[in-house]
Amino acid sequence: MDAVPNWFRSLYETTGFNFTVFYDPYDWHRYVNGLKITLLLMVTTILVSLVIGAVGAFIQGGPSRFLRSVVNGFVVVFRNTPPLVQIFFFYFGLGTLLPAARTADGLRVPLLDNVQWAIVSLALFAGAFNVEIFRSGIEAVPRTTVEAAESLGYTRRKAYLYVVLPLALRVCLPALNNNLINLLKTTTLAYAIAVPETLYAVKQIWSESQNVLEMMMVLLATYAVLVGVLVWIMHRWERALRIPGYSR
Amino acid sequence: MFDGASPMLSVPPADLPIVQLLDVHKSFGEAEVLKGISFAVRRGEVVCIIGPSGSGKSTLIRCINALVPLTSGMIRVDGIEVADPKLDKLALRRKVGMVFQQYNLFPHKTALENVMMAPIHVLGQDRREVEVRAHALLAKVRLAGKEAAYPGEMSGGQQQRVAIARSLAMRPDVMLFDEVTAALDPETVKEVLVTIRELAEEGMTCILVTHEMNFAREVADHVYFTDRGVIVEHGPPESLFSSAVDPRTRRFLSQVL
Repeated sequence: MDAVPNWFRSLYETTGFNFTVFYDPYDWHRYVNGLKITLLLMVTTILVSLVIGAVGAFIQGGPSRFLRSVVNGFVVVFRNTPPLVQIFFFYFGLGTLLPAARTADGLRVPLLDNVQWAIVSLALFAGAFNVEIFRSGIEAVPRTTVEAAESLGYTRRKAYLYVVLPLALRVCLPALNNNLINLLKTTTLAYAIAVPETLYAVKQIWSESQNVLEMMMVLLATYAVLVGVLVWIMHRWERALRIPGYSR
Repeated sequence: MFDGASPMLSVPPADLPIVQLLDVHKSFGEAEVLKGISFAVRRGEVVCIIGPSGSGKSTLIRCINALVPLTSGMIRVDGIEVADPKLDKLALRRKVGMVFQQYNLFPHKTALENVMMAPIHVLGQDRREVEVRAHALLAKVRLAGKEAAYPGEMSGGQQQRVAIARSLAMRPDVMLFDEVTAALDPETVKEVLVTIRELAEEGMTCILVTHEMNFAREVADHVYFTDRGVIVEHGPPESLFSSAVDPRTRRFLSQVL
């Protein structure tokens, strides 16, 4: 049970490599909490950004010129500006404009806390890219397949849901993988508004324990593993979606 | 005379044309593809539309189920005005089934699912009941045992028969066939034609755009020859194929027969 902490403690005593996270319960606790927040950011922003992408691409192909230009404007704004600036804008800009409650002691309790703002801005940022990614997949679905659905009585919405989107997803999955991997790595920007995610936690540990190099290694390994897991899941998904006898 | 419904109400419904076209025009930009097409199809009738490529046959058939909007004229399908801006497309498409040249099956679904999808998604019918019907329809088009196959695993002829079963699952009153054998290997053409012939014999109203002249001659009650957006000549197949009057019809028939 204590083998791992003991090993790292003796590693420190013999070599000077100080991996406090693996033998100091306090640091370990901070690291694990950081990891939990990173996972929370990753899962929620991926899900929300996928919904934004699917809905945005549906509107982009729709009849309403007004809604189309709203989506196009959204994509332009969120693709053409740096994600860190977006996070600052939401947290320091919008966050202070929104109404806030006050505690009995007069402390300001904002409507959304920093974790929630990070989720909102990162999901919008990745969602803007997902709109374009889904659109590329939708454009690869043959018009005649959609006509077949229409002639069976499908409305545009139902044809999108049951025919176009499932086929488009298969086409755009490689591009989607890339964007979601980028999104996972971009969650570290939440550090800038003091969201205690992995980078933030690890930074706290190294500034107190004076072990920057060691914690840097832990940090890099953590993200390498997280991205590896995400890639593995996406590839599993890609395989599960493969259609027998169907290739482009 | 086609606007007033009242004088026609006295006619027994069986004699009313189920599909009626009057002076149908269709332009794509500058190009006028249909230049005043009129005809009527009675319930249970089998009508073939023949003619050279680019004569507007496919556009014509696609106007009937509102895949292509008319420029002017009237199309009425069992009391539904297709050109009505407030057209209930679902009501129309429940009555009119369509089979395409390229089959257009949903590639991510098995044969059985392809047949089951529309009744469940569009009509909201009970899944188990639809499944029973889908099995029967696949057996009817001689694809029992192929339920679990994906479109990409089937031959063109098999896919086309799934497409026919998929259309029939919506229980249409009229079936449109848009050159459904044109993309098939010669040996699989026959299996599709056999399926269509059986449908016709069961009394399904069928409108076919086809290049299969022998099939048209055997199955059709009435054949329309179109060229450059107009109906040049029409009649029962025995007279049209053996004693066409118009030189354009004669030239076309001499090339394809």
